[in-house]
Amino acid sequence: MKNIQVWLATLLCAVSAYASADSVPLPRDSVYQLPVALIDHNGSRFSWDDRRGKVQLVSMFYTSCKYVCPLIVDSGKAIEKSLAAPERERLGILLISMDPRRDTPAALMQVVKQRSLDPARWTLAAPAAKQVRSLAGVLGIRFRALADGEFNHTSALVLLDAEGRVLARSERMGGQPDPVFLATVRSALAGNGSQTSALPKRGLAATLTRTEEGAGP
Amino acid sequence: MFRSVVYLMMALVGGNVFADADWVPLRGGAFLSALNYEDVDRIQVAPFALQVRPVTNAEFFAFVSTHPQWRRNKVPSVFAELRYLSHWAGPLELGAQADPQQPVVQVSWFAAAAYCEAHHARLPTWTEWEFAAASDATRSDARADPRWRERILEWYSKPSNKPLSHVGSTPPNVYGVQDMHGLVWEWTEDFSALLVDSDNRSQGDPDQAQFCGAGSLATRDRDNYAVLMRIAMLSSLDAEDTTANLGFRCAKDLK
Repeated sequence: MKNIQVWLATLLCAVSAYASADSVPLPRDSVYQLPVALIDHNGSRFSWDDRRGKVQLVSMFYTSCKYVCPLIVDSGKAIEKSLAAPERERLGILLISMDPRRDTPAALMQVVKQRSLDPARWTLAAPAAKQVRSLAGVLGIRFRALADGEFNHTSALVLLDAEGRVLARSERMGGQPDPVFLATVRSALAGNGSQTSALPKRGLAATLTRTEEGAGP
Repeated sequence: MFRSVVYLMMALVGGNVFADADWVPLRGGAFLSALNYEDVDRIQVAPFALQVRPVTNAEFFAFVSTHPQWRRNKVPSVFAELRYLSHWAGPLELGAQADPQQPVVQVSWFAAAAYCEAHHARLPTWTEWEFAAASDATRSDARADPRWRERILEWYSKPSNKPLSHVGSTPPNVYGVQDMHGLVWEWTEDFSALLVDSDNRSQGDPDQAQFCGAGSLATRDRDNYAVLMRIAMLSSLDAEDTTANLGFRCAKDLK
């Protein structure tokens, strides 16, 4: 009898876990509200809301970028290195290309290999060309394609909770993570992520200033 | 075979652009922006069609009626901030503060882009917008004329607390396009490509620089405030932002 109870409890847990992953609607402030199909460095297609359920570090880059983009990878690695092994296992790192025409799975895979990125954690992926600007929009990243194939762009690591809400962003690139950002990553991985209120892309003051501008256009 | 049928249909739909009083074709051509891009000098603007007037409250109302996900009580907050359509009386009611013939404002970039897509169109690029806005009633490029600048600056200097005029209240430019100046700011498809670094703290410090590559845009024509104010405004926005003076119109490719 007791065995049956345990079995039933287990079954119930399994069912509710399944339900929470799939049928609970996304929060309205989740970036996964934007339907995005990606192709990763293995050539596998996935929908970016497949990342739901795990804390993610997300950024945008392109593989032929010589200057800042290697620093974006460095930034992700620096966060990774600062975490304890059990924390690392709960983190996903997603780098999305803003140059899908050239960033084929093979080009993405080359970066994974060259930079020795752990495929258990890192995913490099490209969206359809027409989705790049919308993706950048929900992540608060700005870019302009240049005539020579390079891009001008802002660089940011965006921390998403398991539901795809933006918890924090860091624009400090390179091997030394911003300590406040790192602490937020830790807190999110400790399971406090969904309790933290989502962060506006810019400070509240900036948002208010814009509306008050009244600027009669 | 299927593909050629699709192409034929696209050609027919594209052809309707000319028959429709709400759209005009623009031939495009080499264009010198008020911005000094580091990678190009004159930009080659491909032929495109532009809506004659900005999208109105009535037109946007019809859109949210048939696309419930864009009603203000349904839209995800990642696509539109709280002020989205906040001047309407309700999610499906214009009310006293939103005249049907006024340009729709308090719309985010995502919402504007979705509207155009639903109409088999897209938002104009910044260059297309600047190209169409460079003209006056008789010239395709009136920007060097001090009177052209003064007229626009006079509009900028008016207080913005009065209700917006109806669309189509300003005289058509040489292409037949109205309200490019004098009514509202307008979203462009690539508003977030305007990397104007307004943050003085980053000046001259490469470690603080916000942008990869050669850096933020410089201006070519410093006296062209009329256009530069637009650029400064667009570069300060996030895609979910809305303001009381920001609307949009749609564009299409022309072959």
